[in-house]
Amino acid sequence: MIRTAVIIALIVVGCFFLTVGTVGLLRLPNVYNRMHATSKPTTLGTAAIFLAGFVYFGPGNEGLTSLIGIVFLFLTVPTGAHMIARSAERIGVPFLGSVTWPDASVLANDQRDRDERRSADDSDE
Amino acid sequence: MSELVGPAALELTVRAALILVSLLCVLCSYRVIAGPTNPDRVVALDAIATNVVAIAVLFAIQTDRGLFITVSLVLAIIGFIATVAVAKFVIEGEVI
Repeated sequence: MIRTAVIIALIVVGCFFLTVGTVGLLRLPNVYNRMHATSKPTTLGTAAIFLAGFVYFGPGNEGLTSLIGIVFLFLTVPTGAHMIARSAERIGVPFLGSVTWPDASVLANDQRDRDERRSADDSDE
Repeated sequence: MSELVGPAALELTVRAALILVSLLCVLCSYRVIAGPTNPDRVVALDAIATNVVAIAVLFAIQTDRGLFITVSLVLAIIGFIATVAVAKFVIEGEVI
């Protein structure tokens, strides 16, 4: 009885966070804001639903797979979001207002790397 | 109270959650289509992949078959690899 209540509560929490993530994806103004809004709440929501699976199937059987799924999500979703943000900055998606990418020296280093790569490509051809 | 929290309530909750998360996938596809830039589409596809992982877990609970937990894990791996590959593709123009 308590187990069923815990499962229901975890599923409700997970659905809430997934809804928050989708609302953020639809309503925020910029790629970077949308990426921030989807990566954290959807990770939390799916982790809550995985926890519901762990409680439902028990620690002996498929529950362990659920725990591995939680660990995997917490490792990979921030990595993917970081790579998307970096690629968006590289192809020149503009920032909002006075926002800057980490700081000016990093930007200068990136620009230098890009120039070096471009000159290397040119010398290849 | 014991009648309130039983297998019937769990069944109802899981079914409602499945419908809700499927609706969220449809709503995310608006961002995939409309856009404005390519990274937006990648972000929306990533959110859809995470939602599909949640759908697989909910389906495992609904049908009482633990195999679908493994399916959700595989879907998570494929979603991560797809996100990384598309991020590299957006920068470089080619992946391999």
